[in-house]
Order: sequence, then structure tokens, then C-alpha cells
Amino acid sequence: MADTTASDWVEEDRRSARLLAAITRPAGTRLRNAAAWFFGFLILGYAAWISDILSGKLLAGLPKLAGALAMMLVPAGFEHLPEFLWALAETVAMAFLGTLLGATLALPLALLCARTTLPIRVLQFGFRRISDTLRGLDHLIWALVFVRAIGLGPLAGIFAIALVDIGTLSKLYAEAIDNAKKGAVEGVRASGGTWLDSFSLGILPQVLPNMLSVTLYMWESNTRSATILGIVGAGGIGYQLADRLRVYEFGQASLIIILIIGTVYLIDMLSSTLRARLIGMQGSKH
Amino acid sequence: MTSLRRASAGAVALLAMIMFSLHVSQIDLARLVAGIPKITDFLSALTPPLRLSTLWTDMAEWYWGWAKWLQLLWTTLNMALFGTAIGTLLGGLLSFVASRNLGTPAPVVFTVRRILEIARTVPDLVWALVFLFAFGLGPLAGVLAIAIHTLGAQGKLFAEANENIDKHPIEGVRSCGGSWFDEIAIGVVPQVLPNYVSYALWRFEINVRSATIIGFVGAGGIGMELYDSLSLNYYDDAGAILLIVLVTVMLIDLVSEWTRSRIAGTAAAKH
Repeated sequence: MADTTASDWVEEDRRSARLLAAITRPAGTRLRNAAAWFFGFLILGYAAWISDILSGKLLAGLPKLAGALAMMLVPAGFEHLPEFLWALAETVAMAFLGTLLGATLALPLALLCARTTLPIRVLQFGFRRISDTLRGLDHLIWALVFVRAIGLGPLAGIFAIALVDIGTLSKLYAEAIDNAKKGAVEGVRASGGTWLDSFSLGILPQVLPNMLSVTLYMWESNTRSATILGIVGAGGIGYQLADRLRVYEFGQASLIIILIIGTVYLIDMLSSTLRARLIGMQGSKH
Repeated sequence: MTSLRRASAGAVALLAMIMFSLHVSQIDLARLVAGIPKITDFLSALTPPLRLSTLWTDMAEWYWGWAKWLQLLWTTLNMALFGTAIGTLLGGLLSFVASRNLGTPAPVVFTVRRILEIARTVPDLVWALVFLFAFGLGPLAGVLAIAIHTLGAQGKLFAEANENIDKHPIEGVRSCGGSWFDEIAIGVVPQVLPNYVSYALWRFEINVRSATIIGFVGAGGIGMELYDSLSLNYYDDAGAILLIVLVTVMLIDLVSEWTRSRIAGTAAAKH
């Protein structure tokens, strides 16, 4: 290092300047990025203002929030446990019956939405839009509407779950049907089978494990959704939860939330065990 | 033989579950069937008579409150946007301390993961009910509920993305003497950014739906108006709002799906 001269330093300096220029972005890009960030923040600031974040309410409410959360740390209301467990059973039943009803009705709609089973493009387009509309609105919106139509209770929740499921499952079933290998269908047709034969013998055996698996998955997801349907009066544990929260019984609400999480966890485990078995069965066939 | 036995065991279990469910929810087939015409009647009550000859005036009459509804829809969309942005940002920051491969001590990873779990397992509507107590009626409670739920979901998804990265860039930054923050900013973020953007858009879709229903409990947006119009038996109004919500949700889904497929396309082209 002793023979380093001033000119070496200058050379080194030039080299690093070139290197810096090579790895930094040109001024135009930098300007554009800065503008994008600026407008991004502007939009977010506007959204924050519209959402009431910037008013003093946020700061003013924080101590109350801390109090509520502290109360939730201590679950209470164990004397109501039988009532809560019954409501939970109702939630599980609602999710199950809704999924079953939805899956049953989704099958015929799926046949009308799939290219393989309904080759008429215009009709297929129409049925797909029906399917889109059904899953376009959330469970809770349908539940709110159905509570007005048929009264308080689990029936409104069952219909709400079923309706959204018809939309979701018909789409998933139709995709499974369209992804099935066509060879079997042609085979059944060639040996003189009807349209129904070609579906039940050619397609159904191929897609059944997949269809059962997505249905189980929907059951799982519907159990989660069903826990809050009671908030609008459509049966189940959600009613108790909303009720306790509205009278600021945070300890009891906390107990209900713990029960809900436990139930959802159990259903998840059951469903994923069953799905793993289905996939295992499908795997062993091939 | 075993498959037959397995199938019949499945059938028995299914039947038992059906019987149990019908018993618990106190529903029989007759009530189920009797409910269907009530629903169709109600759904038709949600739309006023629309005649083709006077379609324009009929529609104008139906949508008499369009200015108010569009304003509420605008609030709803902004709630979804801000909730998604702040939840994604905080969830993203927490994801670095919730990833096992970035040098965070195991107890911290465990704790942060449990916090994220609570944030996303409690439905946003329930968070909204808690926040209503603290902040009163209005969009503030709703947007915070959406943000908390988003934080939990994104924290988990982002942590999973972080754990699946190539670790060589991190080692590179470390060997040049970079700090932990340099490792994250230069070694991790560029690898996972397309994932983050895609998850954020997807979450925005979900949150638009959430923002429309969060008003049912009084937490702002168009859901509050829908709830009120149904409570007051203004069926035409409820129908009009439902249609607005449906069209909005479908449009947002379409745009977001298109954007996500483009991002996925450019990400794939780079590799």
C-alpha cells in the first residue's frame, strides 16, 4: 500500500463514480418513481381522511380499547357454557346443512356451466353468469335478506350458505369436469351410451374425489362464516357473541371467541384428514 | 369389498350428521321446502316493477337516492383501500420477525405468530364490534377492524413467502457487512415483492366485500344503509343497494384478477 499515489486515488474515485452511475437508476425513472410514491401517499391520505382515521377519535378511543382488550384477557361467563355449546352445535349444523344443500344443487348447475357437458356456448355463458351472481354477494348479505324473508333462526343461515355455495361449487365442479380426460367419454359414447351414461360412467369416476375434496373444503370455510351469521339473526353462536359485545360483556365474548376458534380448529382437522384420505384413495387408483 | 365397506361407513356417518344437524337446528324437510317460495317472493319484492316502455323513468325512480348511495360506496371503497394498505404494511413489517429463516429468536417468532393468528382468526365483524365500543359508530371502527384482520392474514402469508426465498442474497449482503435491515431490504424484499403485491390485491378484493358488510353493525359504509333500509322495510332501496354492491364487487374482482395475472405474467417472464 506504500506505493499508492495520488493518481491511483483519482482513478479509483472515477471507477466508483462509474459504478455508482451503473447501479443507480436514471433521473427520469427516479422522477417517475418519486411521482408514483407521492400520488400513492396522496391517495392513502385521502382514504384515511374519508375513513375518519385522521380525526381525534382514534386517539381519544385508545384507552377505552385498551380497557376492552384487558377485559378480554380474562374469559368469563362459564355458567352459560351449556347455552354457548348448544349455539355452537347449531352453527356447525347450519354450516353442514348449508354445504350439503348447496353441493346438491351445485351439481346440476355445474353440468350447465361446463364446456364438456354443455357444448352450446351461449347457454353456457348465461349459466356461468348466474353462478357468478350467486357467489358475488357475501353470506352475511344473503343472511340479512333471508332473515327478513323467512324470519330469525338457522334456516335463513342455511339458505344463505347454500346459495353462495351453489355459486362457488358449481364453478369448481365445472372446472373439474372440464379438466377430466375426454377419452372415457368418447368410449362410452362409442359403445352406444346416452349423454347421462357418458357423464356417470365417463366423467364422474374421474372427478368425484376432487369434487368431494373441494366440498369438504367449503364445509370448513362455511363453518368459519357460519360463526358470524348470528350477528344478523341467522342462528348460531354469532348471535350470543354480538349480544355480549353489544352490552360490553367482553369477558363472556372472549370465552365465546375461544370456543369458536376451538370448534373451527376441530372441523378443520376433521376435514383435512378426510381430504388427505380422499387424495390417498385417488392416488392409489392411478 | 373394503371400498364397499368404506363407502357404507361414509354413508352412515353422513346420515348421522344430517340427522344431528336437522335435530339441532330444529328444521325438517317441510320447513325447508316451505321457505323457498318465501325467498323468491321476497327477492321479487326487492325490485320495483320495471316496464320496458318506461324503463328510463322507472330506473330513475328506483335509484332516487343514487347520489347518497354512490357517496357511501365511495366511503366503503376507501375503507377497504386504507384497511388493506395499513394492514398489509404492518403485516409485512411483522412478517420479517415472524419468519424462521431471518435470524429472529425463536420465542419472538412464536409470539408474533400467535398474535397474527389471533388477529386473523377473529372475524373482522367481531373486531368491528369491539372497536365500536372504543371509537363509536362510523367508518373508523370498520377500517380498523379490516386493518387488524388484514394484518393477521398478510403477516402469515408474507412470512411463508419470506421462508421460501433463496438465501444467497442475504448471505451476500451479510458478507459485505450489511446490517439486519440491509439484509431485509436488499436480500429479501426484492425477491418477495411480486408475491406481496399479488397478495395485497387479492386481499383488497376480499376487503371490498368485508367493507360492504361491516356497516351491518354500524361501522360505516354502504352496509349501514342496506341494513337500515331492510330494517325499515324500504325493499326497493335495499334491492337498489344490493345491485350496486354486486356490480361493484364483480368489477373490482375483474380488475384485480386482470392486474394479478399481468403481475404473475411479468414475474414469470423475468425468470
